[in-house]
Amino acid sequence: MRMRAKRLINYRPSHAATMMLGAIPFLLAIGGYELASTLRHIDNANDKLLPSFTALGAAINRMAFTPDMRTGEYLLWVDTLASLRRLALGLFAATALALGLGVTTGLIPYLRAGLSPAIAIISMIPPMAVLPILFISFGLGELSKVVLITLGVAPYMIRDLTLRVGEIPQELLVKAQTLGASTWQIVLRIVLPLVLPRLLDAVRLSLGPAWLFLISAEAIAATDGLGFRIFLMRRYLAMDVILPYVAWITLLAFAMDLALRKTASRLFPWTLLAS
Amino acid sequence: MTKAGALTVRNVWMEYPGQMVLERVNLALEPGAFCALVGASGCGKTTFLRMLLSIERPTKGSILLDGEPLPPEPHADRGVVFQRYAVFPHLRVIDNVVLGLDFSGAPLTGRLHGVRRRAARETAEALLAAVGLAAAREKYPAQLSGGMQQRLALAQALMLKPRLLLLDEPFGALDPGTKASMHMLLKQLWRERGMTVVMVTHDLSEAFSLATRVVAFDRVRVDPQAPGAFGATVSFDIKVHRPQNQAS
Repeated sequence: MRMRAKRLINYRPSHAATMMLGAIPFLLAIGGYELASTLRHIDNANDKLLPSFTALGAAINRMAFTPDMRTGEYLLWVDTLASLRRLALGLFAATALALGLGVTTGLIPYLRAGLSPAIAIISMIPPMAVLPILFISFGLGELSKVVLITLGVAPYMIRDLTLRVGEIPQELLVKAQTLGASTWQIVLRIVLPLVLPRLLDAVRLSLGPAWLFLISAEAIAATDGLGFRIFLMRRYLAMDVILPYVAWITLLAFAMDLALRKTASRLFPWTLLAS
Repeated sequence: MTKAGALTVRNVWMEYPGQMVLERVNLALEPGAFCALVGASGCGKTTFLRMLLSIERPTKGSILLDGEPLPPEPHADRGVVFQRYAVFPHLRVIDNVVLGLDFSGAPLTGRLHGVRRRAARETAEALLAAVGLAAAREKYPAQLSGGMQQRLALAQALMLKPRLLLLDEPFGALDPGTKASMHMLLKQLWRERGMTVVMVTHDLSEAFSLATRVVAFDRVRVDPQAPGAFGATVSFDIKVHRPQNQAS
């Protein structure tokens, strides 16, 4: 019998082919940018919209490796440190809230009855709408930015964790009780270990919104930070700084996501077996 | 040894809104009895087991264990093996078995340490050897077959020496060969330890090959106009003579 071609869904790329296919969009984007930039510079040698790679390199060198003329600081690193500090504090507070409120409301019916309507309503408040209130009550300093990030991501994380606790099979909770566990011991030995991997997932999914709130807050009122710098540079149409900053932010977010994923599989090997 | 594990069920009724599940259930099990509950799906045998676990409370009637009313919540006096979610997926085999001693020995941290942990591990290892899981003690439950997971669940439940062992279709999802070896194991553990066993099953041959009492639940009264009006009750209560199995 003549060999027929397989269905399209049954062709699988090799490992090397997978890597190459994954690189294609990036190469196309870089090549397309280079082409567009060159064409614009033929028309206007002073074009600021699509700076050449040489100009981008010079801007990176100026921002990251040359002390600022006015302050003597390396601006990219100062901005990165300020932004990461706000992000970490906001996410840490949100994670602590999620752990405390999510586990208790998920497990203890009386606390659920008392707290879950309030949490459901609070989670519907658009965080950006209360940013003025935060600025008025906490001032324009660090606290209001951290609170905005916390307020922005904590309700989702709390509700997600409450659901995850609710998804623990009743059989396991009954079994723990027949082994003599108290409520506290059930939290410590059963519920927390079972939901911690899900908590790390919730943090990962919250990274996007957290960056959004961070950059928004920095754009409105700040004196340093990655978001502050981008919006400052917009006034001078300094695309040669803005583009590397955006790429840097993306890289940071990607690295954080990857680190969380690796941490989860290192700390909780059993989650990989169960799937 | 003082005999313990006498179960007395007096005129128990269970009613959900618009649906009588169980009515007039009477049952007396002597200590060390092995009781199999059989019946069609939806006849209330799992509801009855949940009442024995104190997950649900009967609408009427009383359940006594060694003459005392059951406490209002699950407790270490009654062990259980479920068909699904029988063991904790995040704990290694050995830690699943030690868990009961962790809870009783370390109220604050929920985890024994040092000398006491080593002692608890030794007890657990002996029990794991008895159920044939000695070689798997550092594995996670997801790495075990279905039959091995149920062996682990049995060992875990027996660790605290419950007076009453409740089994909810524990072997329902196993293949016939595995099931047969689980029957041998369960029989042996029951003979050695002499606790009272109540097992829900829909497999009649399993019931008669293991139990000293086979109790069938059925709806003996049916009102075609109102299907929810009457509940199931004990329709057969058969003593199986097993002289060689008398627990001492």
